[in-house]
Amino acid sequence: MADYQIKENPEVFDAIVVGSGAGGGMAGYILAHAGLKVLMLEAGPFFDPAKDALQLRWPWESPRRGASTTRPFGDFDAAFGGWQLDGEPYTTVNGTEFEWFRARMLGGRTNHWGRISLRMGPDDFKPTDGVTDEWPITYDEVKPFYDRVDRMIGIYGTVEGIRNEPDGIFMKPPKPRLNELYIAKGAKKAGVPVIPGRGSVLTEASSEIKGRGTCFYCGQCGRSCKVYADFSSSSCLVMPAMKTGNLKVIDNAMVREVLTNEEGLATGVSYVDTQSLQEYTVRGKTVVLGASACESARLMLNSKSSAHPGGLGNSSGLVGRYLHDSTGASLSGFLPQLLDRKRYNEDGVGSVHIYSPWWEDNRKLAFPRGYHIEYGGGLHMPSYGFLNWVPGVNGKVAGKNGEKKAAGGYGAELKQDYRRFYGANVGMAGRGTALARKDNYCEIDPTRVDKFGIPVLRFHYKWANEEIAQAKHMQETFQSIMHEMGAIITSDIPGPETLYGLEAPGKIIHEGGTTRMGNDPKTSVLNKWGQAHDCKNLYVVDAGPFVQQGDKNLTWTILALSMRTAEYILEQKKKLNG
Amino acid sequence: MNRRESLKALGLIAAGSGVLATACKQDKAKDAAAAADTEKLPGVQDFEHERNKQLQAERFFTEHEMATITVLADIIIPKDDISGSASEAGVPAFIEFIVKDLPSHKIPMRGGLKWLDVQSQKRYGNAFIKCKEEQQLALIDEIAYPERAKPEMQQGVAFFSLMRDLTSSGFFTSEMGVKDIGYVGNRPGVWTGVPAEVLKEHGFDPEKFFG
Repeated sequence: MADYQIKENPEVFDAIVVGSGAGGGMAGYILAHAGLKVLMLEAGPFFDPAKDALQLRWPWESPRRGASTTRPFGDFDAAFGGWQLDGEPYTTVNGTEFEWFRARMLGGRTNHWGRISLRMGPDDFKPTDGVTDEWPITYDEVKPFYDRVDRMIGIYGTVEGIRNEPDGIFMKPPKPRLNELYIAKGAKKAGVPVIPGRGSVLTEASSEIKGRGTCFYCGQCGRSCKVYADFSSSSCLVMPAMKTGNLKVIDNAMVREVLTNEEGLATGVSYVDTQSLQEYTVRGKTVVLGASACESARLMLNSKSSAHPGGLGNSSGLVGRYLHDSTGASLSGFLPQLLDRKRYNEDGVGSVHIYSPWWEDNRKLAFPRGYHIEYGGGLHMPSYGFLNWVPGVNGKVAGKNGEKKAAGGYGAELKQDYRRFYGANVGMAGRGTALARKDNYCEIDPTRVDKFGIPVLRFHYKWANEEIAQAKHMQETFQSIMHEMGAIITSDIPGPETLYGLEAPGKIIHEGGTTRMGNDPKTSVLNKWGQAHDCKNLYVVDAGPFVQQGDKNLTWTILALSMRTAEYILEQKKKLNG
Repeated sequence: MNRRESLKALGLIAAGSGVLATACKQDKAKDAAAAADTEKLPGVQDFEHERNKQLQAERFFTEHEMATITVLADIIIPKDDISGSASEAGVPAFIEFIVKDLPSHKIPMRGGLKWLDVQSQKRYGNAFIKCKEEQQLALIDEIAYPERAKPEMQQGVAFFSLMRDLTSSGFFTSEMGVKDIGYVGNRPGVWTGVPAEVLKEHGFDPEKFFG
């Protein structure tokens, strides 16, 4: 490469934010609104849900009818990316497993996520069981930020007064669908509480929320919303921040390294334009990483210098350590009571209508912590494979003539069976606390680079007895709820040979912990403000700072903590200037 | 922005016309097959669109295989009082596409079709599509019911199960099939819960949130 040249951006930004998802988006929003000149770098293309969402498309508008060939959650889903990206590999240490989901686009994974917006509770920040380390902050310190996120972004739910499932400032929740009413009834009999869902979807107009529409109930939040009625970082944070004139976004910019000076302070970043492959450097007074827990860790580990020989901010050797996803397991069935059900539009919202917060007393159980349950099923939009379960179970219930027949079949009778069973399905999925362990980690693979020449991550992650015992408990609970609601289970009931259906680490897409916060620089990467112990103008605002996530999907906490970190950055700047 | 303004922003409220009427008109205006074939929708990535075009330009099944798929698809989903047959809904063309899109289906489909012809030849001295209808159905009866099929027919069972799944996928995701199955969503509206008469039919109390 005779003409290899790095272009240097002459502008010095007050802050450079790497990544545009929940964490990066919120940091960019707060800093730009406070008047800082902010540069945001996003590895994927610009994405505006108003133009780019595949919302309200019909299945026949996809040649694969929505199958998940190129997008793991189907052809209409709003994530550009998946567990595998062309030319951007990662590896795993033999005998361990990790599935790393990356969305390369403005807004990142917030464009397609389930909008399930739960706060972590007091016991999640300060565990009482001593099993995992405490956070350096309490729920009470984070609560004001959760409150502001609720008001600023909007969330529906109900005030329930459950100690470790803190209430927020809620809009009205959507009413349950028919299968969800059966689930709630069955769960109650099984001793499992069910409460209205909590989701970041605008079910009401709010005077505090401008430029966004209210939900019109198509149930397609996963495709991202053309009227911005749900939370995506792209529509709710980044684009409003751009309107201040203080935030500039460069898309298709894959950050290679954080640059530092001799004192070890961050001076900017280098990145490659993924389209032209031109290399750039750009300078910033503060660098904020919100590239996702593992991508930010990778970036720090790849940013070696004489001041940071083990990688930027890694004097503790803990960057990449304590990686943890949520646990996940599920079970499917159908409700004979819903066969031949009356048709009506029950699309509802695209987030959860109901869920079960963790209810058990761990003193009586063989594992610490717990899980919540999300429920599915109903009269949803047809898509590839949606009726495949019917020929397997149409022999399980008597027909209109009162007789059972052999499962399978064809012809007019089968066609009628498809109609008969449509919408009678129910599913339940547990999402639980997987313990943050030092021995579960990502590191730089010493021998591999991606297509940009950036060293890739190698993962080392194993489930332990705590997670397996939790999955077993999930399956027992699911079966008990299915039984109490009179459902017929259609999935094979997973046993010990499959770890009770426990999904591989990474599959639930809740990974965090890789740059954890703490008061002691020897046992943590960041201080309690998300600031690197070793590099005071470097901050991390994704799920990396999580000491230990609860069973609460982590986006709402990422938003609250990023807001808190961004305001700390502003305070620090004020102190320096004043 | 309230809900009405949301819909305006979506372009779903034209002057003087109701939301549903407008949404329906849009559906009909669009030739479904054409949309899936050539048009690049906004939000579809370039590599996805290129891949679609490339797959659409390739041909996998032979004429004979396509003819067999058509006969089988219509055996699985025939025309009835409510809707047309699988082939009328474009299922064979969908199957041609989906095996190229999900290549793991290629060998099971090609080999399964061959298996069917070999069986037909042995029994009736003809390829499957040239057999009489009662001969075809007699053979299908032996592979359409997994739990009662003979062990020597299991390869046929596996093939027929795949063919059945692809047929139901193709049919019930077509415009005809979506209407047939009675899915009435995918349009702007207001969700106020399960209709009261349905709640009553199922023994739930319309006054209570959880019935």
